[in-house]
Amino acid sequence: MTYLAKPRLHHPDLPTNTLGYTRRDYEGKISTLCAGCGHDSISAAIIQACWELSIEPHRVAKLSGIGCSSKTPDYFLGNSHGFNSVHGRMPSVMTGANLANRDLIYLGVSGDGDSASIGLGQFAHLIRRGVNMTYICENNGVYGLTKGQFSATADRGSKSKRGAVNRDAPIDMVSLALQLGITYVARSFSGDKDQLVPLIKGALSHRGAALLDVISPCVAFNNHAGSTKSYDYVREHNDAVNRLDFMPRREGIVASYEPGEVIEITQHDGSRLRLRKLTDGFDPGDALAAITHIHQHHARGEIVTGLLYVDPSADDLHEHLNTVPTPLNRLTESDLCPGSAALERLNADLA
Amino acid sequence: MNVPKDGRPRTEGAAHAARPARISAVNDFVVKFANVNGSGSASANELFARSILRMGVPVSPRNIFPSNIQGLPTWYEVRVTEQGHLGRRGGVDLMVAMNPQTWDRDLKEIEPGGYLLYDSTRPTPPSRLRDDITVLPVPLTEIAAAKFADPKERQLLKNIMYVGVLAATLGIEPEVIAQLLGEQYKGKDRLVKPNLDAFMTGLHYGREHFEDATHLRIARSDKVGDRIFVEGNAATALGCVYGGATVCAWYPITPSTSVAEAFQKYCAKYRVDAATGRNRYAVVQAEDELASIGMVIGAGWNGARAFTATSGPGVSLMTEFIGLAYFAEVPAVIINVQRGGPSTGMPTRTQQSDLLACAYASHGDTKHVLLFPEDPHECFEFAAAALDLAERLQTPVFLMTDLDIGMNHRLCRPFKWDDSRRYDRGKVMDTATLESGADFGRYLDVDGDGIPYRTLPGSHATRGAYFTRGSTKDAYARYSEVGTDYVYNMERLLRKFDTARALVPQPIIGRAQGKAAAGVIYYGSTSPAMAEALALLRAQDVQLDHLRVRAFPFPESVADFIARHETVFVVEQNRDAQLRTLLVNELGIDPARLVPVLHYDGTPITARFIVNAVAERMQARNVRALKPGMAA
Repeated sequence: MTYLAKPRLHHPDLPTNTLGYTRRDYEGKISTLCAGCGHDSISAAIIQACWELSIEPHRVAKLSGIGCSSKTPDYFLGNSHGFNSVHGRMPSVMTGANLANRDLIYLGVSGDGDSASIGLGQFAHLIRRGVNMTYICENNGVYGLTKGQFSATADRGSKSKRGAVNRDAPIDMVSLALQLGITYVARSFSGDKDQLVPLIKGALSHRGAALLDVISPCVAFNNHAGSTKSYDYVREHNDAVNRLDFMPRREGIVASYEPGEVIEITQHDGSRLRLRKLTDGFDPGDALAAITHIHQHHARGEIVTGLLYVDPSADDLHEHLNTVPTPLNRLTESDLCPGSAALERLNADLA
Repeated sequence: MNVPKDGRPRTEGAAHAARPARISAVNDFVVKFANVNGSGSASANELFARSILRMGVPVSPRNIFPSNIQGLPTWYEVRVTEQGHLGRRGGVDLMVAMNPQTWDRDLKEIEPGGYLLYDSTRPTPPSRLRDDITVLPVPLTEIAAAKFADPKERQLLKNIMYVGVLAATLGIEPEVIAQLLGEQYKGKDRLVKPNLDAFMTGLHYGREHFEDATHLRIARSDKVGDRIFVEGNAATALGCVYGGATVCAWYPITPSTSVAEAFQKYCAKYRVDAATGRNRYAVVQAEDELASIGMVIGAGWNGARAFTATSGPGVSLMTEFIGLAYFAEVPAVIINVQRGGPSTGMPTRTQQSDLLACAYASHGDTKHVLLFPEDPHECFEFAAAALDLAERLQTPVFLMTDLDIGMNHRLCRPFKWDDSRRYDRGKVMDTATLESGADFGRYLDVDGDGIPYRTLPGSHATRGAYFTRGSTKDAYARYSEVGTDYVYNMERLLRKFDTARALVPQPIIGRAQGKAAAGVIYYGSTSPAMAEALALLRAQDVQLDHLRVRAFPFPESVADFIARHETVFVVEQNRDAQLRTLLVNELGIDPARLVPVLHYDGTPITARFIVNAVAERMQARNVRALKPGMAA
């Protein structure tokens, strides 16, 4: 992490979004990650997505755990509050933050060690509770900050930089999330910004838990031959089921499933997900089929990417808890304290 | 020994000349019920305790229960105490022995001259009884079988029947029982009748057979006053409701579970929007204690008042997060209903053994604020205060109760709330202040009290955003590995802890009438036993100054008190004298002057124990010899 803020000067003709902000207004401090790190590309995609969506930067809360990926929230959305919590435990902090103020947009950034190893439990419960947030798992199959140990998403047979072969079965974050009732899940690749940016926009607009498992090669420790998370391997084995075009809310258009090449899905906030099919018969409304599809392709060494499942009518933890629309952190004494008269009645009942 | 078939108690004869006289007492004795858990005894036993309370006589009941749902021994001990001694007395005057598994030990516990009520349906050989007690045999099973058809009803109503027998022999007014049953089954009238029938059956049996069997009596009095009868955990939960907590994240663990459950119950009563039916609170049963404290920290960071309730093992799991909240300065309230440790320890027994684990929770240099309530009244007060303190100090605050306070009904002063009271939300720089261009440094000590200003997410489009982290940072929350930045924050945190001294509940100090022989320091659930012990000691002309610690960090008055006494007893319910360690460590006191008095077998400390321990140590120090036999 770094002290260094980027200079605020920028080209006067940079395009602005509907709020009048340029992309620079969504940037953070200068990244301290290694040159070529996949995570920096994801940060750039987040900046692009938020700028294109015209999100007010301060309406976003960024949360992360510990590790290279968890450092990145300092490198984007510099006008957003960020919380770099403890290793593997961002999901619980995210849940609490979300309970306190349902009006903000929550973005969690984590890695495969943080999410699938030390934090698997909290990850699972965040998903099954349907916390309204976007969770990006920057997945490189290794521990970067401690220099190259395998993580729990490393494929069986994948080789480490030092030549060790991983014998343990991998955890597939997407299949796991599907089993836990995720309502928006995609896999992407840090090297495919065109695919990634719309997927982030769709996730940020989704009500409920959204997971993006983004393969994000570690140039320092996991980008060699024999690794299944290297740039070369992922490019060669990337099997995209669809391409997403994200369209923000527009009045007067009724969403419908169209036969043929395009599926259009309207989300809760009115935004539309237009999916161009790349694989015959893949239905992003069928979670079980998605799990089967992912595993069949994984067995062949292929990485399935794209929007893999979405339930546009999902609700979230606040609906489950039936909380008031006003953020809980804005309630005051008159909303919260029953007062002395009620207490006297209670005293009488307890006598 | 002979138990006549008609069930009449033994009469004292020449053969038993050496027998002690029957214990004779009015409104001052101990009744203990030995039951099998899951047999429905709890409501009958509580009915007994409440009926005495309704007659204006203070009682202090205690559940001594197993970590189990059905089939294991459980006890309910009721101290009847006109004088209002609410601590555990020790010893039993009347045992209601309903559990064959624990028969021998239950019998042994009865004081010489005491009484035994038991189910005599199956004959009990005299060898299994005692010569020096009075026996009240009641064929409960037989009567219940004859009276009630449903087997489940027989089991439950057997318990109500022995309450009837007790009412007869102790002089509890049947009208009071009828009234209580009516209240308990309000709206379920069909349940009142069988219960009342069972009670009356027991009452008639008792009147017929044991009219004068015991010399224990309940006599109407007026010593209860306006006091309320409530469990500490319910009071804590209510304090959280009144204190404005909106987020409760918890994981079930004895003996704290009923805090979260009571919070949910009170919120359902007081915090549902009448127009929309929507909740002004959120309760999440987390997957474990790591998650529950994580949620509390997330909510606290985002400006909601949040708490968790747990016990020792939960605190152990939470420590990494507690360190984060300390170092990143996030408000959090942790209610620790202490139980016997270490490890799983004694989950259903009481102790004060988490002081050090909480005071210094987490790796690295940390210190945390602890509050020590003495009873449900203070549980309510301190829970609300903890929510204020956590936001004022931007740090974790522990409410240190224990099983004895938390899970037993206790007589205490009624709850009070001042409607003009405003929550202390601490130093939060709001949108308008940010807009005015005020300099915001998240960890800048603007006021010199060590407490910085914070902003809440979403406050301002371009100002006040910062990055919260558990790693080192400078005064502007920028990541830093510079030693001086680290030291700046660590010193400031000490300054903040110093500020806390004056904000926490101050100690309660009592002075001896004459020159005090020594001082005594105690805290939390030791309070009622200590009050009684001080009275007993005074009766023997032993004068002690006393101080009840109500919080850590210790206010200056604690150091002053110790300085004024050559010897100070520190009375605690743990093995390692944890408060004493804190006093030595934090106030630089010569350990030789702090004499530990320690009770830690999992039962609540008694006045008898304290008096004995103090007497013993005073003799050893040749300060003053106590009259023998006084400290029974």
